[in-house]
Amino acid sequence: MSLVLIVLTPFLGALLPGLMVRTGRQTCAVVTLGVTLTALVGLISQAPAVLGGETVIQQIPWMPELGLNLNLMLDGLGLFFAALILGIGVLIIIYGRYYLAREDNMGEFFAYLLLFQGAMVGIVLSDNILVLLVFWELTSLSSFLLIGYWKHLPDGRQGARMALTVTGMGGLAMIGGMLLLGRIVGSYDLSVILENREAIQDSPLYVPALVLILLGCFTKSAQFPFHFWLPHAMAAPTPVSAYLHSATMVKAGIFLLARTWPVLSGTEIYFYLVAGAGLLTMLVGAITALFKDDLKALLAFSTISHLGLIVFLLGTGTDFGALAAVFHILNHAAFKAALFMTAGIVDHEAHTRDIKRLGGLARLMPVTFAIASIAGLAMAGIPLFNGFLSKEMFLEEAAHTEFFGPGLLVPVLATVGALFSAAYSFRYIGHTFLGRVRDDYPAKPHDPGMGMWGPPAFLCVLVLGIGILPGLVEPLVFFVARAVMGTEGQIPEGYHLAIWHGVTPALWMSVVAVLGGLALVLIYRAAAWLWAALHVPRAKSIFDGIIAGAVAASRGVTNGLHDGAFSRYAGVFMAAVLALGVHAWVTGESVAPSRETLPMTAAAIAGWALLVAAALALAVFHRNRLFALILVGILGLMVSLGFVVFSAPDLAMTQILVEVVTIILLLLALNFLPNDTPKETGGLKRAKDIVLAAAGGLATGGLAWQMLRSDFVAPTISDYHLENSYYGGGGTNVVNVILVDFRGFDTFGEIIVLGIAALVIYALTEALLAGPVRAKLYNRRPDKNLAGDRHPLMMVVLTRVIMPLVLLVAIYIFLRGHNMPGGGFIAGLVAAIALVMQYLASGFYWAEARQRYPYHGIIGAGVLIAGLTGIGAWFTGYPFLTSSFTYIHIPPIEEFEVASAMAFDLGVFLTVVGAVMLSLESFARLARRADQRESEHPMDIDPSRVEDRA
Amino acid sequence: MELIVASSIGVLTSVGIYLVLRFRTFPVIVGMSLLTYAVNVFLFASGRLAMNHPPILRDGLVFYADPLPQALVLTAIVISFGMTAVVVVFALGSYLGLGNDKVNDDDVEIDQGRKREEAGR
Repeated sequence: MSLVLIVLTPFLGALLPGLMVRTGRQTCAVVTLGVTLTALVGLISQAPAVLGGETVIQQIPWMPELGLNLNLMLDGLGLFFAALILGIGVLIIIYGRYYLAREDNMGEFFAYLLLFQGAMVGIVLSDNILVLLVFWELTSLSSFLLIGYWKHLPDGRQGARMALTVTGMGGLAMIGGMLLLGRIVGSYDLSVILENREAIQDSPLYVPALVLILLGCFTKSAQFPFHFWLPHAMAAPTPVSAYLHSATMVKAGIFLLARTWPVLSGTEIYFYLVAGAGLLTMLVGAITALFKDDLKALLAFSTISHLGLIVFLLGTGTDFGALAAVFHILNHAAFKAALFMTAGIVDHEAHTRDIKRLGGLARLMPVTFAIASIAGLAMAGIPLFNGFLSKEMFLEEAAHTEFFGPGLLVPVLATVGALFSAAYSFRYIGHTFLGRVRDDYPAKPHDPGMGMWGPPAFLCVLVLGIGILPGLVEPLVFFVARAVMGTEGQIPEGYHLAIWHGVTPALWMSVVAVLGGLALVLIYRAAAWLWAALHVPRAKSIFDGIIAGAVAASRGVTNGLHDGAFSRYAGVFMAAVLALGVHAWVTGESVAPSRETLPMTAAAIAGWALLVAAALALAVFHRNRLFALILVGILGLMVSLGFVVFSAPDLAMTQILVEVVTIILLLLALNFLPNDTPKETGGLKRAKDIVLAAAGGLATGGLAWQMLRSDFVAPTISDYHLENSYYGGGGTNVVNVILVDFRGFDTFGEIIVLGIAALVIYALTEALLAGPVRAKLYNRRPDKNLAGDRHPLMMVVLTRVIMPLVLLVAIYIFLRGHNMPGGGFIAGLVAAIALVMQYLASGFYWAEARQRYPYHGIIGAGVLIAGLTGIGAWFTGYPFLTSSFTYIHIPPIEEFEVASAMAFDLGVFLTVVGAVMLSLESFARLARRADQRESEHPMDIDPSRVEDRA
Repeated sequence: MELIVASSIGVLTSVGIYLVLRFRTFPVIVGMSLLTYAVNVFLFASGRLAMNHPPILRDGLVFYADPLPQALVLTAIVISFGMTAVVVVFALGSYLGLGNDKVNDDDVEIDQGRKREEAGR
């Protein structure tokens, strides 16, 4: 299976659970399992090559200009993480099937889970860091959905939001870091970056890039001081917690640290930042975990602590540290997933996770007890369990690490951390399962079915297997560690994973930690009292404070700037544009006027005079709205005539048609709006506006004057269009050929926008009619006298007679559009006007009753036809929307041309008809009134209504 | 002729700006229509002016008006209808829902204007 398929399988599979959940929970879970298993099998099929030392690479160009390619890479490290993600994923899905209650929507849950899984696999298989960033953000988003899965719980929502805020901010920082890294190296491919250690570490951008990338890793991997989101993510269903905390999410940060280890690590700043943060996190996490009463909170802080341990190991920058880190990632994933599952089982069976209400469960739930003990002892670091081995390596490494000169600081802190780690593990086992059996559990606990204890039991086998016979996994661990170290690193010679390394400092530290941990649990009450007395600040309240401050600040800024006064915004905007334009004019260069001006004609001057007069009259008399509309009509007409004069017949036709429908639209609107605009601006305000308006007019007019007298600064591409229009596009009307052929993709987008605008209008109208406005509209009385003859006989007859003629004209304009002025846009407008006339003359109901296809459908059909025409080009091996044409001769008709662009133009035609009609019809729909009874005969004069009015 | 076009653009723009700065929805919409004319004509003019040379290919002719701005402006004209219609439905919705057709949320500016006017008297 190719790498792309492995990554895509969970994403595509995420569609299935939602569909399959209708056929039952069992099918849904099995299908989800099947998806993950498919990806896992695909991964395994690549394993032999990787284990043979090869790096599997697959490259798919995406946006090569930006260096953004879907490049995937599978090496030892990627294989290790992908196997963890998918392997633990399988167990989580089985467990989740039995964990979820009947009322939980399983389809939704598994869909989110698969999305998340796909994003994680994407991270670990990415070769291109930009692609990695995309997957990285996807994990933040999909984990948000998972953590907030129980939407009815405020904890879940808050936890999800906090996780998204923290990891999302880290992700932003990381984007910056990755871009810097790519800039230093000159490539965004990890495989190239990994070979440029010197270039990166010598670069002045190294420190900023490092800090930004570390911010991303630390937030994701819950390192102090960004650790606080993880415990709150516990509000998620337990399978999610188990998954997020063992194999995924938090391991993404660790993965990236490991991935970039060969090039970033080894410097002093890296050592202090990473090892320091890791050690601190380990301590804070371990100490806090001990005093948590919620089983999942305890485990969450323990996860933080163990992540700190791994980060510390990577931060030391030594080869041994990297080896230990890899080994601990494996061990931690095994025992932590098992522990979370036992916490979920206890919660599921006893209906509480509060340690204070538990105890004595060992007799009631022997199987769960056994599993929890094995996993818990591994976490405590007891010999014969896997956690012991990597913890020993950690202590060994700590014993040889020095902060700020020689001293016992690091070993002591590491031992304290390990001591608390042992203590909370013992507490987890002891306070939950040991002690007297109580009689006040919220529910009667007993062992669950095998579906729930099977997955953790399987993990326990791994825990014990690795713990007793570490040699079994040694090749794997060494292999992955070599992949982390890159070409320069070496496994320490003669080193083997083993339980007994002789009497070393690490052994003594381990003994102190275990015995101290045991003692600490025995005096737990006193310790807890002391902890409570210390009043350690809670991270959540600090976070909430920061968020509240940020919200208040942005609200202040927003309210200060946005006070709802549109006129003010518009004024500020105009002034700002003007200022920018003046700045550009003053600082920039302009070409000296070199074109001869065209001689003026008397007709043009007359038209100009009319336009200026109408515009000025509009400014003065705009309060009379009907008059204003007439003046707008004059302006539109003059603009259309201008297009005629200046050799743009297509534009002239379009402009005049759009003018007609716009005026109809505004008349419809005036039907509802007041007829006059009251005078409410003071003289000063008006004077200001006039100054601004005059300045704007002078600026645009002056700019146009300058532009029109100078030649093109750069050669125009229009010559290409003129040359190729006939031979390449098969049409002599270059404007139309540009629309449907050269720039067909633009046109495609534009008709979609037009269709969306019409749908928006329809939706808003429907929303208006569904609300309280409906009654207001329905019962309103017209504010002016209406003509008694609503549907004048002459007009009705005339419009019906000319409708076929107008449609014929539309068809004619459409057909000739490729060669003569015309085309889909213009024909569509003509046809729309033919239809609108029927509404005007015969009434809305008459027209509606005769309408066969809904206008939405016509818009959809138009976009579809245009799109399909474009796709059609694919079948002949050309890019989207490549047009082809031929000449057909059917006797007795003259030979004519058929171009695929014509089908595209048909799509344009239909969309324009549909969009214009849907908009106007929506407005007409609002006009329905109670006092208008619909008559079968629209031409009838209704005398009763005339009397009413009187 | 260039002067005619340039000055028309200027006049349309300035009246458009003036109307957009009014306090009621209807003049704002009309003002936007005027700005649309101005912008469309400006874009069209960026191909420079030509008379009696429509971009319809004919044998023997070598000079044509620039077709590219024409194509761009053609779709812009149609889209401007869609935009106007959407704005109009907003205006209608707010008028029918709120009972007035003011564009500003509050009357701060209007009141200030009135006060100034009164103070001026």
